Amino acid sequence: MAETSSGDAFVAFERVQKSYDGENLVVKDLNLTMPKGEFLTMLGPSGSGKTTCLMMLAGFETATHGEIKIDGVSINNIPPHKRGIGMVFQNYALFPHMTIAENLAFPLEVRKMGKSDREAKVKRALEMVEMGAFGGRRPAQLSGGQQQRVALARALVFEPELVLMDEPLGALDKQLREKMQFEITHLAHQLGITTVYVTHDQTEALTMSDRVAVFDDGRIQQLDPPDVLYEEPKNSFVAQFIGENNTLEGVLTEIRGDTCVVKLDDGQMIDAVPINVSKVGEKTRVSIRPERVEFNKDRMSEGAHTLKAEVLEFIYMGDIFRTRLRVAGNDDFVIKTRNAPDQVRLTPGSQIEIGWLPQDCRALDAV
Amino acid sequence: MSEATNDPAQTGGPTPETALAAADQKGPMLAADGTPLKKSLARALRRQKLRALMLIAPLLLFVLVTFIAPIVDMLFRSVENQIVSDTLPRTVVALEDWDADTGELPGDAVFQAAYEDIFYAAERKLHTRLGTRLNYEMTGVSSLFRKSGRGLDDIGEVYQDQFKDVDRAWDKAPLWAEMMGSDAWHAQAEAWTKGEPLPEFELRAGIADVLPRTAAAYAAFAEFQRVEEEKSLLKEEPWTLVHTALYQDLAAGDVSGYTGPHAAELAELDALVASPDFETVDIRAAFEDIDEDWMDPEVWTTIKMYSPNYTSGYFLNAVDMQKTPEGAEFRDEDERIYGLLFKRTIFMSLVITFSCIMLAYPVAYLLANLSARSANMLMILVLLPFWTSLLVRTSAWKVMLQQQGVINDVLVWLGLVGDADRLVMINNQFGTIVAMTHILLPFMILPMYSVMATIPPSYTRAAKSLGATNWTAFWRVYFPQSIPGIGAGSILVYILSIGYYITPEIVGGTTGTFISNRIAYHISSSLNWGLAAALGTILLAVVLLLYWAYDRIVGIDNVKLG
Repeated sequence: MAETSSGDAFVAFERVQKSYDGENLVVKDLNLTMPKGEFLTMLGPSGSGKTTCLMMLAGFETATHGEIKIDGVSINNIPPHKRGIGMVFQNYALFPHMTIAENLAFPLEVRKMGKSDREAKVKRALEMVEMGAFGGRRPAQLSGGQQQRVALARALVFEPELVLMDEPLGALDKQLREKMQFEITHLAHQLGITTVYVTHDQTEALTMSDRVAVFDDGRIQQLDPPDVLYEEPKNSFVAQFIGENNTLEGVLTEIRGDTCVVKLDDGQMIDAVPINVSKVGEKTRVSIRPERVEFNKDRMSEGAHTLKAEVLEFIYMGDIFRTRLRVAGNDDFVIKTRNAPDQVRLTPGSQIEIGWLPQDCRALDAV
Repeated sequence: MSEATNDPAQTGGPTPETALAAADQKGPMLAADGTPLKKSLARALRRQKLRALMLIAPLLLFVLVTFIAPIVDMLFRSVENQIVSDTLPRTVVALEDWDADTGELPGDAVFQAAYEDIFYAAERKLHTRLGTRLNYEMTGVSSLFRKSGRGLDDIGEVYQDQFKDVDRAWDKAPLWAEMMGSDAWHAQAEAWTKGEPLPEFELRAGIADVLPRTAAAYAAFAEFQRVEEEKSLLKEEPWTLVHTALYQDLAAGDVSGYTGPHAAELAELDALVASPDFETVDIRAAFEDIDEDWMDPEVWTTIKMYSPNYTSGYFLNAVDMQKTPEGAEFRDEDERIYGLLFKRTIFMSLVITFSCIMLAYPVAYLLANLSARSANMLMILVLLPFWTSLLVRTSAWKVMLQQQGVINDVLVWLGLVGDADRLVMINNQFGTIVAMTHILLPFMILPMYSVMATIPPSYTRAAKSLGATNWTAFWRVYFPQSIPGIGAGSILVYILSIGYYITPEIVGGTTGTFISNRIAYHISSSLNWGLAAALGTILLAVVLLLYWAYDRIVGIDNVKLG
């Protein structure tokens, strides 16, 4: 990922810190820049500081230190209502005493827009989210998905350049959530708006975003496009947090350019790519994605180290098989195989040998 | 599914499948065992309902006995008026033929009836109660009845004395008992010893034909002695009323046909009554002697007007009206009081409710938006008044507000107010409004708070993010959602204040008292319970009416207590 220079940054956090109690920092030295039109997701466990960042951007929290800029202008001292940022809340926050149309007209009204303009815009916004027929209803008369669309339309109706979304799909069921994920990204790209999206759901983050910022402990652990994030996690936290992951503990014994050899705790040796380890003898945690593990000897690369494994459990999941193994003393080593006609179904109790391509195995920091 | 359908031996019975198939056709939905679903459901819920009923039964019973029944009884008193017809039954009947509009006094028959009624009532000591009752309608009636209870004895004494002069036996019990009572009863009465129940009196056969009035009067006397006094008629000389009755019988008819005991003595009396020297008493004149007011047709009009068993009189009184022969009409301007009190009560309650809203809203808002710890602290301060006696708080206001009180002293000390013209802040409406606003404030804060606590801060944030200023966000988004809390608090405070008693009583003086103070006065001081009940009924009706109006305008669904 190329570092975006703050010159063409639309949104920029510069050395932002936030503390609520004066003792602990919730956000530690945050630096982040976003170009116009980007869909950026802040992903992280609860308490990681992602929502605080969003609230600082929206203006509901003030940064303890540092500057937040939009379009090059510091907004630290601009009150929320003058920032012109559209926002979708976790529970939609549709005003229950107003109809859908009134909800949508609200931001236009406070901007003193004329009645006819207002009506036209509300109509257009409702049609955009396919809710044209619902203008006269109250929020309570709508389903969760419909409320979600209205909330989206309300955040967009006054044509903000930046839209913030705070876990907007959290309250929806899985199917609807997937549908809305698609719709939101589609709409955001279509309208060319810059979007900051907060979620703790990694699937959502991967499927929707141009870039994902993984938050933990008040810092951005990694900021990358979804594929990079998944395949090249920069540290153990990201590897653990994004997708499913197998980890093995060991010690670095040899480094040869961009590969290295790790001696596992039980003495077996494996090949890996060193990521944030540098010295021989350093403790490391090796991470391998379950779908990259191979047990068919024919498909393993020549000369690669293999490990002995015992099959503990075989789980049929429809499109994939999930097999739990004991590898180097780790009982939770999982492999995933595609349900193809020629696929082998491992039987619990059998002893196998597993291996992988060295580049799929990443030696990360030992936490 | 019932157990039966799980049993393979009973596959012939209805199954859910067949039941559902049946339901697809016309007719009611059937349960798995073929009974209508509604019935089945009702049966399943019956146990539950029964248990619910059992759970509330003790409270329900308690409320019925201690709350609803007394209220209904009390409300009933506002129209109940049996006392007149119970105490003066003959008079009420006799007055039916009298037309009050003529302005003339009723005829002798009415006076005769009143003589008998008041005499009986006086013996039973009921005449003063009736006097009190009628005094509500016409001042002076109370003393009129009290005097008459004593004075009416004089009529009979005139006859008694003359009879006695003829034969001392007429002044003694035995002669009367032997003459009036049947032989069988007399024998029983002779055999009676103290402590046993007295034998039931029985008139001598035929005596009622010869001496109808005497028989009736003596029978009443006998019954009174037996039931109330438990004294033997063989020892008790009869009432003077009986002597009057005997005179009237002798003057009216012929007693020569009488052959029973003491026929000779009776004949002797008959001769006496016929003689021109016999002194008689005109009953009407006797009434006039007792009190000239009896000659006022107004008195009789009042009795006639309040003779029905049920009356609208209390209600008319409660709205400053009175009954007249021409129908209900308003009292004189200077006699009207309840209309003013009702208006004042409603108006002041509105003022109190409004000031409570103004004071409570910011506090409730703060409570709902503070951190949990500070909110708890503040909540304790809000609830603190509940832990202090109402009387203490009200008295404290007296100390604060009186002319030599804390506030005036401070104002004088600051030089804002001259020592000579200290502010009058108590024993008037101002005092009542201040004290009651303070006392009722928690009842406004709590419902407001419980509603505001449920308004998520995200609404205001959303409004601000959409471009609304702080004020617009509050006024357009927050405030409308807090209205149910205002509604609930207002109803609570308004209804509480409209019936408030103790505070207006202590700090209200004369201009700051409520209708409830008047009700209390009639309950405990003037003892006019009927009027108190009528005022209470009207108050209740006003509250229900307001509640109904509120429901129509605001909608009771918009009221939330949490």
